[in-house]
Amino acid sequence: MSQVTVKSAQGIARRDFLKFSATVSATTGAGFSFGFFVPSMAEAADAKAAPTAQKVNAWIEIRSDETVIIKYARAEMGQGSSTSAPMLVADELEVDWKKVKVEFATAHESLAQKRVYGDMSSVGSKTIQNSHEYLRQAGAAAREMLIVAGAQAMNVPSSECVAKLGVITHTGSKKSVTYGQVAQAAAQLNPPATVTLKDPKDWKIIGQPIKRREIPDIVRAKIRYGIDTQLPGMVYAAVMSCPVFNGKVKSLDSSKVINRRGIIKVLDMGDFVAVVANNWWRAKEALKDVSVEWDVPADLAKTSSASISQFFHEGLNQAEAAVARNDGDTLGALAKADKVIEAEYFTPYLAHSTMEPMGYTGWLQGDTLEVWTSTQSPEATLAVSAAGAGVKIENVKVYQVQLGGGLGRRGGSQDFSLQGAKIAKAMSPLPVKMLWTREEDTQHDFYRPASLVKLRATQTADGHISAMHVRVSAPSILNQLLKLPLPKGIDPQAVACFSDHPYAIENSLVDYAQRNTNVPVGFWRSVGHSQNPFVRESFIDELAHAAGKDPLEFRLSMLSDKRPKDKAILLAVAKAADYSSPLPKGVFRGIAETEGYGSYTACVCEVSVNDKKEVKIHRIVVGIDPGYAVNPDNIQAQLQGSMVHGLSAIFWGEITIKDGHVEQSNFHDYRMMRLNEMPKVQTVIAPTGGFWGGVGEPTQAPLGPSLANAIFNATGTRVRSFPLKNHGFTLVKA
Amino acid sequence: MKLTINEHVHELDVEPEMPLLWALRDELDIKGPKFGCGVAQCGACTVLLNGEPMRSCSYPVSAAVGQQVVTIEGLEKNGKLHPVQQAWIDHEVPQCGYCQGGQMLAAVALLKKKPKPTDEDIDAAMTNICRCGTYARIRAAIHAVAAKGVHA
Repeated sequence: MSQVTVKSAQGIARRDFLKFSATVSATTGAGFSFGFFVPSMAEAADAKAAPTAQKVNAWIEIRSDETVIIKYARAEMGQGSSTSAPMLVADELEVDWKKVKVEFATAHESLAQKRVYGDMSSVGSKTIQNSHEYLRQAGAAAREMLIVAGAQAMNVPSSECVAKLGVITHTGSKKSVTYGQVAQAAAQLNPPATVTLKDPKDWKIIGQPIKRREIPDIVRAKIRYGIDTQLPGMVYAAVMSCPVFNGKVKSLDSSKVINRRGIIKVLDMGDFVAVVANNWWRAKEALKDVSVEWDVPADLAKTSSASISQFFHEGLNQAEAAVARNDGDTLGALAKADKVIEAEYFTPYLAHSTMEPMGYTGWLQGDTLEVWTSTQSPEATLAVSAAGAGVKIENVKVYQVQLGGGLGRRGGSQDFSLQGAKIAKAMSPLPVKMLWTREEDTQHDFYRPASLVKLRATQTADGHISAMHVRVSAPSILNQLLKLPLPKGIDPQAVACFSDHPYAIENSLVDYAQRNTNVPVGFWRSVGHSQNPFVRESFIDELAHAAGKDPLEFRLSMLSDKRPKDKAILLAVAKAADYSSPLPKGVFRGIAETEGYGSYTACVCEVSVNDKKEVKIHRIVVGIDPGYAVNPDNIQAQLQGSMVHGLSAIFWGEITIKDGHVEQSNFHDYRMMRLNEMPKVQTVIAPTGGFWGGVGEPTQAPLGPSLANAIFNATGTRVRSFPLKNHGFTLVKA
Repeated sequence: MKLTINEHVHELDVEPEMPLLWALRDELDIKGPKFGCGVAQCGACTVLLNGEPMRSCSYPVSAAVGQQVVTIEGLEKNGKLHPVQQAWIDHEVPQCGYCQGGQMLAAVALLKKKPKPTDEDIDAAMTNICRCGTYARIRAAIHAVAAKGVHA
């Protein structure tokens, strides 16, 4: 039992206490125990008066008042999975969605139960992709147990009973009992050895536009993000790492600040400095006046965008490279070709810039650590926190909170958790909330890797691409960040979308020259699909134009019957965009098709560009075939949002390096799209069934190339690098 | 100093130059206004000062003395949501939600001045950054409030 109540300040409404109430019934008999949960504040108030509840299995708890608690074991950062994943459970369970309440499972609760909740990370658009089966099975198994218990209660054969909206009915006598009445009995039964999942045509909740569970709490400011954690006696930490990556503290002078109001401690943490105060602003201000001398290896301080570019170019030309795909004899075919078309494409480093900067609240009391942080991977937070604070992992609790955006920044590599746990240890037994400034967040990210790609292709007389060589020269996230060995020298993200291109090109060579630098790299929304589709689909466009073919027809001609989904989404989006109809004078379109995260996507952009290189985007039509569309309204929101995320990067996104450090620092020089720049976005959700694709990331992929292809059609300028600002293009309202 | 926040008076003893945001968040535990950039760029920290949207991360707390400060917590009155909040729910506007308190307050201020805003009015007034990219739904929600003719 752990309950923390912070007294509200005088005159403030009742929302002003944060209550992490945890109900723990440490029953071990029969294997049933109530889970540890962190309700939102509204739910915490309810929990006091909660009717008795019975856990049917790890995912499902049914209360005597028929409320159905469904556990959600991943993070919520706006992607909507904390609604769509429980929808899968609820559909099989046969309950009224209105009676469903979603509660977060926590990593420590899962650890204590042999990882009963499986992988808890929210990365790679995989919540639905990877958990649809076991979530539906959990719902179906519980339904079967409830039916058996209901039949026993009514003294009828279970084979004659059906469950609907939380009620078990005996079909012959029309007698019925509710789930709430028999949940306790059901929980005593053994789960069925096998369950049959519903035919998709029988789904009642999956596929419906279900309202996202947390939105009413968001608009009332009743949801607390990691940054909002408030604990009794809490102190606040502002931190600074060496501006040059990997630099260490050589010496530190805190004499100017240590006697200032509210300053509690200045910490030399070896590779970063922290000021702890009784208000975060005081800590942050004081940090500016702490003089730190950093120890920076001379070679690191020399790194610049120019030196990295040279290093990448060497990768394009080196003889040896790891082979990711090798169909036919590409180099032979290119050597024999009369005409070879070649091009180099570059995409820059990018920062995540989640709206909520990195932060962490840790409270180390004795050998027990409690953690509140916005994390996409609570299990990684658990492990890193234990290491950082020097306690056993069993003694750490990580409470799930809402994330102020994730975008890949808060996944497995928990640099902020390591810092936060170390600070918590230094300040124990005080609870400490660490928060990064935007500048720290921008300059100490794991950046989307820059990448340089060279493509060479030859075509037959009728334009068919007979050979294509793609050489990628770029850092490896797997090797550099995760320290994983690369199987056969390949980082799949670095060559994504090339190694698995869908086109019927008989001689196809994709190879990779790994070019790791000291700039940290990591997973950024869409990862390899945030950049490689721009390269591939722009180059395909170049080849279409070289052949004098329409870019849509050209693509269709190279998609064999083995690629029906690629073709279908391309045609669906082309149709929605009236591709065959002429556009108003001065307006031009571009098209692109991609596949990734288990889904198929396509995009058409309509633009006009004046002689001042002002780009008006008149319309974007973007479409996805995710197989099954679990929550269509949420998918639409993801499509709309991914266009904004993509356009910010395409027009302005660029992290550059000078003297070993990042040159950008805040939104004034790392620009984000604003509402007045938002073009009209038309979404096409075209589920063909039979598979479960991701939706958070794949649709950003075709945006860049379709826009660049449209700009080519409008101007004759082939854009071979982003951001567009570097080519003089600006975005103006259509 | 005395601050009037959401119609309640609070007594505070802090440096006059402390940004209003940090007085609200760390002194008074009013967490609706969020920290995003610290330099008045993103608007996550937006509050209303006498009805005008203000980026509280760059506004000294002492300057707020004598003004009516409204945070997102102050929009709901007697258990009734403000029409803007209701429209945000109806249109499923938020994704992560972090910026939305500021977005809603900016919308409230706009609708107060212009009950029937044009797209251009919305463009000019809604300058807060949303990394999730909810702009299309923000626009739709504002138009919906205006169409209902509810005095916002």
